[in-house]
Amino acid sequence: MQGTLSVSIWRGGEAGSFQPYEVPRRDNQTVLDVVTYVQRKLDGSLSYRFACRVGMCGSCAMMVNGRPRWTCRTHVSRVTSSGKLTIAPLRNLPVIKDLTVDMTDFFDKWAKAGGVFKPTATRADDFAAIRPTDQKHRYADAGIECIGCGICYAACDVVAWKPGYLGPAALNRAWTLVNDARDGNGAARLRAVAGDDGCLACHSQQGCQEHCPKHLNPTAAIAGLKRAVAVAALKGRL
Amino acid sequence: MSAEKLQTWLWLVQRISASVLAVAVAVHLVTIIAAVQGGLTAAEIIARVGANGAWAAFYGVFVVAAAVHAPIGMRTVLQEIKPLPNFFVNALSALFGIGLLIMGLDAVNILYRLGSG
Amino acid sequence: MRLQYMRRDHPTWWAFAVHRLSGVGLALFLPVHFYVLALAIEGEVRLESFLVWSSQPWVKVAEAGLIFLLAAHLTGGVRLLALEFLPWRDWQKTLVAVSGGLSFGAGLLFLVNAY
Repeated sequence: MQGTLSVSIWRGGEAGSFQPYEVPRRDNQTVLDVVTYVQRKLDGSLSYRFACRVGMCGSCAMMVNGRPRWTCRTHVSRVTSSGKLTIAPLRNLPVIKDLTVDMTDFFDKWAKAGGVFKPTATRADDFAAIRPTDQKHRYADAGIECIGCGICYAACDVVAWKPGYLGPAALNRAWTLVNDARDGNGAARLRAVAGDDGCLACHSQQGCQEHCPKHLNPTAAIAGLKRAVAVAALKGRL
Repeated sequence: MSAEKLQTWLWLVQRISASVLAVAVAVHLVTIIAAVQGGLTAAEIIARVGANGAWAAFYGVFVVAAAVHAPIGMRTVLQEIKPLPNFFVNALSALFGIGLLIMGLDAVNILYRLGSG
Repeated sequence: MRLQYMRRDHPTWWAFAVHRLSGVGLALFLPVHFYVLALAIEGEVRLESFLVWSSQPWVKVAEAGLIFLLAAHLTGGVRLLALEFLPWRDWQKTLVAVSGGLSFGAGLLFLVNAY
């Protein structure tokens, strides 16, 4: 194809700078292709993460021209017409080096939000009977496909403004469990997501929904949590 | 009261006062827009609220709802602008609410009493 | 700082921004509003002289602005109440546009009536 891309990539840790690279433009080129080219041909010291490269694992999430995206599923032609690309590590997480971030906080908050299933049955019991048409089951289904890529967390302004905020992914997972009839941790989980660092801090900016590559809707999940928490408070169960 | 309970109740009170204000503000907007036709005079305001129990009660409820709603909102904004200690944020917001309540009810009372002549 | 840059331009983000700015604006305006109304205690003349001062065009425009803030905060707030208490509907974004339109209309109506 024609021309080159002017690519600006973050180099360094929390302190660092954007370095320029010239990458040949190709047909059907993804941003991951661009990063890979830089690392293999231009600067072997560039650090970045990827795994499946086909949009299934979420490892390659980075900020591309100011938006968090899966770089393996972002065609260059879709994000720039002038050939300029700015690639930075995911927002709201500590930078380890270059384009890699420390996901510890992200997953810690998952646990903090009660995002762990607590079984109530044993192998001696029969299967739980849950109809496909069950409303709660459908709510859980709507959010269950999350693979923990961190894009919603990067997109969320409340996460940026309130470091303790549990975040859309953790709360979305908590919601799927609130709707799981087999789970036995309901009361503790609601307590975990209530409060200024929990679901109540969400302003429904919907940055999470806007950017989720799996088209999940954490805002809706969080709205559901708000209702559940409010009902619990009114019933004196919080 | 645990922190979670307090935050949840604050959130609930915010939503409830919002519902009250939704009605009050709608009425207030229509009233202002109609009243401003042909120019607004002090006499007109006093004529509406003065010695009129219904209007005074309406504005009284309006003031209380606003004095509850605005500080809770400001509290959230304060928390997000700067990591200040919780006590400080809560105290500032509470003071703001009390101030609004006093000033607002005072104004309603004044206008109501003026109508009695 | 540049590292934390994020592009945000989806409608629901603007809805949030307008809601927050209008809320702060209104919260700061309220004490002033109550103070002015209480001027009536110094006699009808005192309140009346304020009202005469406020009939200047720039004041009327500022008041129209306040009406806009109030209507915007109200419509945005009602949208939020629906979002949080009613089952999710995907035409949220249309609601945002409608809210914006209604608020603008209210402000305009005020300006028209003020003259």
